[in-house]
Amino acid sequence: MDKVFGWLKRIDVPTLIIFLFLIALFVLAAFTNVSIPSLLSDSIRRIGMNGVLVLAMVPTIRVGTGPNFGLPVGIIGGLLGALISMQLGLTGFVGFWVAILFAVLICIGIGLGYGWLLERVRGQEMMVGTYMGYSIVAFMSIMWLMLPFKNPDMIWAIGGKGLRYTLTLDKYFGHVLNNFLKFRIGGFEFPTGLLLFFAGACFLVHLFFKTRMGLAIDLVGQNERYAISSGVNPSRARLVAVVMSNVLAGVGIIVYAQSYGFLQLYQAPLFMTFPAVASILIGGASIRRANIRNVVVGTAVFQTLLTIALPVLSQVTRGDITEVMRLIVSNGMILYALTRAPREA
Amino acid sequence: MQYALEMRNINKSFYGNQVLKNVSISVAPGEVHGLVGENGAGKSTLMNILFGMPVIHSTGGFEGEIFINGERVQIDSPRKAMEHGIGMVHQEFMLIPGFTVMENIKLNREITKSNLLSRVFGKPMETLDFPAMRKEAKEAISTIGMSIDELAVVAGLPVAHKQFIEIAREIDKKNLKILVLDEPTAVLSEAEAEKLLDVIRYLASKGVAILFISHRLSEVLKVSDRITILRDGVVVDSKPASSFTLSEIAEKMVGRKLEDVTLPPRSKEPSDDDIIMSIRNLKVRMPGEEVKDFSIDIRRGEILGIGGLAGHGKLGVANGIAGMYPAEGEVYLEGKPFKLNDPSYALNQGVVYLSEDRRGVGLLLDESVEMNIVATAIQVFGKFTKRFLFLTVYDRKQIRKHALEMIKKLDIRCKSPAQIVRRLSGGNQQKVCLARAFTLNPKIFFVSEPTRGIDVGAKKLVLDYLVKLNREHGITIVMTSSELAELRAICDRIAIVAEGKLSAILSPKASDAEFGLAMAGELQEVLQHG
Repeated sequence: MDKVFGWLKRIDVPTLIIFLFLIALFVLAAFTNVSIPSLLSDSIRRIGMNGVLVLAMVPTIRVGTGPNFGLPVGIIGGLLGALISMQLGLTGFVGFWVAILFAVLICIGIGLGYGWLLERVRGQEMMVGTYMGYSIVAFMSIMWLMLPFKNPDMIWAIGGKGLRYTLTLDKYFGHVLNNFLKFRIGGFEFPTGLLLFFAGACFLVHLFFKTRMGLAIDLVGQNERYAISSGVNPSRARLVAVVMSNVLAGVGIIVYAQSYGFLQLYQAPLFMTFPAVASILIGGASIRRANIRNVVVGTAVFQTLLTIALPVLSQVTRGDITEVMRLIVSNGMILYALTRAPREA
Repeated sequence: MQYALEMRNINKSFYGNQVLKNVSISVAPGEVHGLVGENGAGKSTLMNILFGMPVIHSTGGFEGEIFINGERVQIDSPRKAMEHGIGMVHQEFMLIPGFTVMENIKLNREITKSNLLSRVFGKPMETLDFPAMRKEAKEAISTIGMSIDELAVVAGLPVAHKQFIEIAREIDKKNLKILVLDEPTAVLSEAEAEKLLDVIRYLASKGVAILFISHRLSEVLKVSDRITILRDGVVVDSKPASSFTLSEIAEKMVGRKLEDVTLPPRSKEPSDDDIIMSIRNLKVRMPGEEVKDFSIDIRRGEILGIGGLAGHGKLGVANGIAGMYPAEGEVYLEGKPFKLNDPSYALNQGVVYLSEDRRGVGLLLDESVEMNIVATAIQVFGKFTKRFLFLTVYDRKQIRKHALEMIKKLDIRCKSPAQIVRRLSGGNQQKVCLARAFTLNPKIFFVSEPTRGIDVGAKKLVLDYLVKLNREHGITIVMTSSELAELRAICDRIAIVAEGKLSAILSPKASDAEFGLAMAGELQEVLQHG
């Protein structure tokens, strides 16, 4: 019994509340005629789809600059990588990996600039990051029209100039990860490749934080003066963390896009940030501490909640309450974490 | 005779640690009463009691009685103290930088005129009467013989002016009967200090009773009518100033406290022939502990003590060498030039530093004991790591093994190596710091205030361990401490820093008077002039 209580004590209160809510939804689902296997496979697909984006929060939280609210910056890099791969006409896994490769390169470049900017606004990274996200999305909205992409699948059919809002990936690398080693049990579908990729990314990040560089990031985040006295260069550690977060965001959006089957440009990157931030916070992270467990738990709980809430609640209540709930949960979660921060600092 | 202020049999303890024992002090109107003592002797606590500071009442209050003009009073808040006519000039300036001199002087005692709004909403809505305030502020400033523009903004003024404004503010209080000056000359040049002493004499002649606290003993001797010496929370002496000499005060202030630390003999005594590090003209820009020009040769294998009063720069020396604060000067390690301002370089050269700010710099409070012990070693030397795939990662097994070893060696009381350091006691936290330093294999180990804030038993353990590091592992130790007694207990030589410069290098057996004078930066003068 003590063990159970000890375990309960370690769980974050919001995680617990949302988890209980989730169970309630499942119970509710059992009474309605929603197919639970398809709900489960949907949830699992969405966990793998969003996981890497949530993972992008880890480096910046651990270096002490809070969740990466400038997620769109990295996402733009990822989108560019994917676009280049499409322009080259690459398909299947080749297309996917080339997209990742370009995304990583571009994200490192952008990340260095973004990190330089954040270093100049010490202590206000979260706010500046949010504005940076908005700015870069606005800027890229112009660029999408001007960049010299020529592939007819990508540009507007009329006029022949400018990228479309949504690009179909079916002919390129859509669903490559999802379909890799995929298996079915009745109505339940398991996207093995997608989850393997997410697991691999988690493992790599976990390993990275056990290296000297990763430890340096941890030290800076926990006590900058201790870090300095241990011979760490805090500016460099912060830069590395920001670049890493950017790269993960870039890779994350490609994974997301291939699973979704579409590449979304223009305003779309803006709507990725808050759910990602909320996910990791629901997983028990604070804006000062986060680990891989927070990422996995948080993504699982948050995405399952969204998947199940739609069909179940739409049967119980009238109208679409999911979108409202998503906003309440994600924004409420962020608000909660921010109010909690000063006490921990 | 009736005293303006009388404090009788004051006792005060913080968390079971008695800091004031039966302290009695009395000041007559028009008397300047000097109060001297080492850091931690209890001066500030005594003044906090007099001023009704919240820190006293939040820690259980005090025992004893306070009389003002022969009447027993209860002072439980600074506001009460002010109502009784007690004024205080603080060591740290309590001025609002963005306000003008006048506004600072009249702060919270503004002169107001009533207007339409205030008739409805009461006093807080009254208009400020600027001309009247200006006039009074000007008067207060000229009383102390200054000519500062009362409309200037405080932020840009030199420190000396700020100090005088603080005093002007107290003088401006019409009911001022007792004025406490806590180290008012610490930031002043000699000429400015002289001026301040004149102001003090002037105020005394007006019948204000003055309690003057200063580390500059010659000033105290010059201006005081009577001097009280505190040591370890006890009044050691209280006599008219004329019956003291400078060295007598110094001697009584320092006293001799014995700590029983055994010092085993060495096979080879350190000497000037074998210098491990020589420091030349070191300047360190550490706020509050600035080092202005410090030179010394550190002998291989010795325990060198660095002592001195708070704020004189003793802490700056180690911080500068370790690269924690910007430093300049020439430093040679084993004859080779040593790069300053680079903590990583210092660690790689075997120069290890343990900060005086244990919780702020020395520890990762929310990390485990084991991580605290090894993090720096992993970071600097890549110790406790293994290859995994294409990465070098740290190895939990090696870390755990080493941590258990250190925990046993230093007798760190913790539930497990995975326990969070924040929950350990001060003494055990310090042991974790020592374990971290030892893990780095230091050649020279700079340790600052190793026993600050830890209990007596742990103190001895820490000192014993330092001696052991020195004797058994041949590590040269430079220990900075405000506690002269502990420096004298284990050091071979003690360097005293005064005003950012090396004032003297003394043997631990030197007399109390010598130490006192060296701390006040007056040893050379006394030797020259007798």
